[in-house]
Amino acid sequence: MTSPRHKPVAPTPDQDSDLIIVEGLVKHFPIRGGLLRRQVGAVQAVDGVNFAVKRGETFSIVGESGCGKSTTARLLTRLLEPTAGKVTLEGRDITHLKDSQLRPLRRDMQMIFQDPYSSLNPRHTVGKIVGAPYRIQGVSPEGGVKKAVQDLLAAVGLNPEHYNRYPHEFSGGQRQRIGIARTLALKPRLIVADEPVSALDVSIQAQILNLLEDLQEDFALTYVIIAHDLSVVRYVSDRVAVMYLGKIVELADAEALYGGPMHPYTVALMSAVPVPDTRRRQERERILLTGDVPSPISPPPACRFHTRCWKAQEICRTQEPPLVELLPRHRVACHFPENYPDEAVRESATEASTGEDYR
Amino acid sequence: MTTPALRDLVIRHPGQLDKQPFLEVVDLKVHFPTDDGLVKSVDGLSFALDRGRTLGIVGESGSGKSVTSLAVMGLHTRPSSERTRPGAQLSGEIYLDGDELLSKTPEYVRSLRGKRMAMIFQDPLSAMNPYHTVGQQIIEAYRIHNPVNKKVARKHAIDMLGRVGIPEPSRRIESYPHQFSGGMRQRAMIAMSLSCDPDLLIADEPTTALDVTVQAQILDLIRDLQSEFNSSVVLITHDLGVVAELADDVLVMYAGRAMEYGSAEQLFNRPAHPYTWGLLGSIPRFDRVGAERLLAIKGTPPSLINVPSGCPFHPRCGYAARNGGLSEDVRPELAPVEPGHTVACHLSPTEREQIWEHEIAPKL
Repeated sequence: MTSPRHKPVAPTPDQDSDLIIVEGLVKHFPIRGGLLRRQVGAVQAVDGVNFAVKRGETFSIVGESGCGKSTTARLLTRLLEPTAGKVTLEGRDITHLKDSQLRPLRRDMQMIFQDPYSSLNPRHTVGKIVGAPYRIQGVSPEGGVKKAVQDLLAAVGLNPEHYNRYPHEFSGGQRQRIGIARTLALKPRLIVADEPVSALDVSIQAQILNLLEDLQEDFALTYVIIAHDLSVVRYVSDRVAVMYLGKIVELADAEALYGGPMHPYTVALMSAVPVPDTRRRQERERILLTGDVPSPISPPPACRFHTRCWKAQEICRTQEPPLVELLPRHRVACHFPENYPDEAVRESATEASTGEDYR
Repeated sequence: MTTPALRDLVIRHPGQLDKQPFLEVVDLKVHFPTDDGLVKSVDGLSFALDRGRTLGIVGESGSGKSVTSLAVMGLHTRPSSERTRPGAQLSGEIYLDGDELLSKTPEYVRSLRGKRMAMIFQDPLSAMNPYHTVGQQIIEAYRIHNPVNKKVARKHAIDMLGRVGIPEPSRRIESYPHQFSGGMRQRAMIAMSLSCDPDLLIADEPTTALDVTVQAQILDLIRDLQSEFNSSVVLITHDLGVVAELADDVLVMYAGRAMEYGSAEQLFNRPAHPYTWGLLGSIPRFDRVGAERLLAIKGTPPSLINVPSGCPFHPRCGYAARNGGLSEDVRPELAPVEPGHTVACHLSPTEREQIWEHEIAPKL
């Protein structure tokens, strides 16, 4: 938090509606080398991230592999300890809590994992898996653990009689439901879901997305969803943050973001999504980014996207653009944003229409 | 060679109807005997593909799309008395440019691989040999089919790497697969598959492991190279978006069988099978504010050991009850709904049209 570029740019902490607040979050994984295993560098997985998640909303973090979205999820749930910055859950600073102090907090925040195969213990029955949170937290639900577990199984669309079965007897979609039932056991307030549907088949994906939506209503849940699929993110989210190389480059309401993406990276990302509509094959204007994402060990200076950006100018290489609210509720970290009224005046009419396709 | 009825099902370019399709699969069955029973991965599949066209095969896991492509490439282990594990039982006919492949020896089919047909796999890291440089692997493939010396082959390999957009190809040819990023590896594998200018390219989920911006690069690359080499491409994917981007024709598979087959334009604008409706309804739309709720398909894909009787989709189909048990008892065959568009479903044309127009289309 010493470096000025990590200064929190945006969220005005609002204790009434914000469930979790993240300020200047940094996570560097050290790289050790040499005879003495001295630190020779660091993977700058998350490098100064600010946002706040409101009660009852679905907040999504989207980005490509290596952008730091999963690390952010693990920092939120404190499965990892941040290098710098602050995480506040319901007004309580949880950034550096010890394991024993964290355990009671786990009732309030739970995580859904991507892989329904490796996240369930193969030697435990479904009853034991879904009932584990009660055991660990020492909670005795009304009517007994077995009844509570069977109610949960029914809530996620599984047969309560499957209580004594083992995970291998279930399909991928059913296993994901078991994982979801387990997260619901202690009636958490926040669920952080890391790619909850990306390992599932299309038809099963839709079932799980519908289920997550129903549960949000029934259990008054707040979701933080980590995903790489922009279509899924549009469908589930109220607000979306786009990450690139450890930083949030754009943060806005889902409709505003998809209707008029402002950061060139968001624009390129959206233009690359294949759309299941043959009529749009010709009309679409594709922005093809060249090359690969740079290494997070030595990210480019200033704006991290400048090496691949078609609008980059001298200032992008020397000065980091702050994440600022350019339009109401729409934050962007860019010196030359797209779909920006001022920009449209400066540019010729044809050039400014790049984003029309998404409206 | 084939019955006229099957011939009629084939999607052909007008003007090429008299010619033979480049790839033709007729009543293909691939069964695997296991301790639990016979796994019917592909069960009576027919399709055809003309030169220079792209066929997208769409389906969920276990629908038989990859098993079909491995059968075309001749990569299934055939049953033999020496093996402890039984191989795949294949029947039917596969014609590559008029040449029936299933009746040929493995040695003959091997001589076609690389030169006449090549494959791009989903995971380039496991498809390449980690002990050899990318260059060595391309050079080896090229020299098997072309009698040239190492120097010429190396020059060709550098040329191919450059063609697929790998920067500094003369330096990167010395790299090992692990030194490439995911997108670069996929490019290198495409360079290897195309090094002998194959007539048929099978791409099995070529972009599934890649990020969306890299996916766009690879799809563009496949499209450009196809028009340059005039190859036929079979694109296997579960992503309807990728199919809409690249495919001319689409085959929808379920439980080892063809459910619907038509041009991409027909399939996306006038889909006729309840399973296709389900697939289209299951994907959230990126390009528009979608319906409040996704039209998910209920249930899960069937076990391929106990494939449901009649139409394999009937236990999950919302319309199976409409034809008095026909879907449970009788297996529907592909039948034309319009020229070049066939569907395997017992719904009557009027019923189908009504359901699509009033119940499905407004909700997509």
